[in-house]
Amino acid sequence: MNTLIAIGVLAVLVLIAEIINLRKLVIPMTIIGLVGILGYTVCNIDVEVSYYNNMFITKKFSNAFSSLFIALTIFLVALSKDFYQKEFSKISDYISLKLFLLMGAICMVSFGNMAMFFLGLEILSITLYILCGSDRANIKSNEAAMKYFLLGSFASGIVLFGIALVYGATASFDISEIITITSQGTLPIWYSLGVVMIIIGMLFKIAAVPFHFWAPDVYQGAPTLTTAMMSTLVKVTAVATLFKLSFHLLRQMPEGYITAIVVIAILTMTVGNIMALRQENMKRLLAYSGISHAGFMMMALTALNTSAANLFYYATAYAIAGIAAFTVLMAVTKGKENQLIQSFSGLGKRNPLMAIVLSIALLSMGGIPIFAGFFGKFFLFSEAISKGFITLVIFGVINSFISIYYYLKVIIVMFTNNDETAEETALSIPLSYKIVGVLAVAINIIIGLCPSILLNIFQ
Amino acid sequence: MENVIEIIGIDKYIYLSIILFCIGVFGILYRRNAIVMFMCIEIMLNSANMLLVAFSTFHQDAEGQVFVFFTMAVAAAEVAVGLAILVTIYRNIGSIDIDKLKNLKG
Repeated sequence: MNTLIAIGVLAVLVLIAEIINLRKLVIPMTIIGLVGILGYTVCNIDVEVSYYNNMFITKKFSNAFSSLFIALTIFLVALSKDFYQKEFSKISDYISLKLFLLMGAICMVSFGNMAMFFLGLEILSITLYILCGSDRANIKSNEAAMKYFLLGSFASGIVLFGIALVYGATASFDISEIITITSQGTLPIWYSLGVVMIIIGMLFKIAAVPFHFWAPDVYQGAPTLTTAMMSTLVKVTAVATLFKLSFHLLRQMPEGYITAIVVIAILTMTVGNIMALRQENMKRLLAYSGISHAGFMMMALTALNTSAANLFYYATAYAIAGIAAFTVLMAVTKGKENQLIQSFSGLGKRNPLMAIVLSIALLSMGGIPIFAGFFGKFFLFSEAISKGFITLVIFGVINSFISIYYYLKVIIVMFTNNDETAEETALSIPLSYKIVGVLAVAINIIIGLCPSILLNIFQ
Repeated sequence: MENVIEIIGIDKYIYLSIILFCIGVFGILYRRNAIVMFMCIEIMLNSANMLLVAFSTFHQDAEGQVFVFFTMAVAAAEVAVGLAILVTIYRNIGSIDIDKLKNLKG
């Protein structure tokens, strides 16, 4: 709770800083504040308390994910200075929206009451609609915001209807009371209907097949920093919330539900990867790869009691690699209309550092050993095998191979020089991009070399 | 006081809400005017609100009605943002027809 209050205070301070004309201080102040809050959250990771009549419950799971979200927000805020260079007068709006989004994300993983869950979901969605459309003069950004708004509020409506039905069946919004009521006796049919609707709404948010069609368009149209936020922070939040919801609402795990999750996970992985193969635009490629990663993360839902640590590890590895990849994307395509893969051509010569950062990020996402992505996949697969989901693992392995193909395609474009199109001038990159890129890659390698740092949190 | 919901039957309220919800869903899927789509989203959210209030009276529990206040505030905020996006689109292309938004393809 203190984490949430501190972030809220920080966001208001950022808005005040604009009034008293201290815009230059906004980003350093936010980063220092967030680092402090991150330290506090990590130190109190084992503390389990509930606040305000079980509205807000901090547990190991929620604390660990909150720390991940704060760390990701620090990276995204650090990138803001150079990304919003032209609109520096609006910087405090952008930063405070990011902080409010973080509050929504933390509410979503630490809820103890359906009201808190719904409010968190809406805080997260509404701020993201604004950020998507923040490039007002650009019709693509408008279109992305409109599409995301329509589908996002459609999904919210479904979630709300589901919550109403669950309330009707159990007469309570409190998660612990719902668990007590569901464990005794039979429930009306509305209960399972409501739970299914909540889960479908969350599947919209994580962009799982067949609810994925909005993702590539929105990712392509939104400003690149917002895309980075959507594909790392928001996706991880939605997956963690889906995990927590299934953990609480589907204690007994009916047979049909597991089958549905397995089928959706396989479809999500396969469709995401196959569509990614033919993309020319880097943002769309990363969008489809994000869809397939959502499928991998959904493997954790088949073993709710044991795989929280694996999900956390995979989510961290994916999100950190995503941050690194988007940093390079932002640096390379700055001021360009389209983010074609071709614009990475010859990057290995123009700026070797950024080329190496992007290569490591993509190899980690593809699951090449010593990088964190490989161990994330390894833990998820071995857990799924021990539970007996052989088909799921076979599809997972096949999909890892497919994904390496299109990641390598980008890397080859970077390091081969087809002389006609390549720009020969060295690319100068702002310092903040370099720091964020290198730091993200370093974290990726460190957690790849000793995964126990993250896995031990949950023991 | 007698519980009016028990005289009429809770299932009738559920049917009415589901009908309203489906009207909202089909409106979003088939209509192409952005304003009508916004109204359909409101119908969806309000059908859920009505269901919450009906269940709240059925269970004799005030929590559901409190939740409705949250939902109404959220819905108002959501539509405010949606209308702002619509205004920027109208400024750029001079129309609010969703079918004219076809710049993002891959």
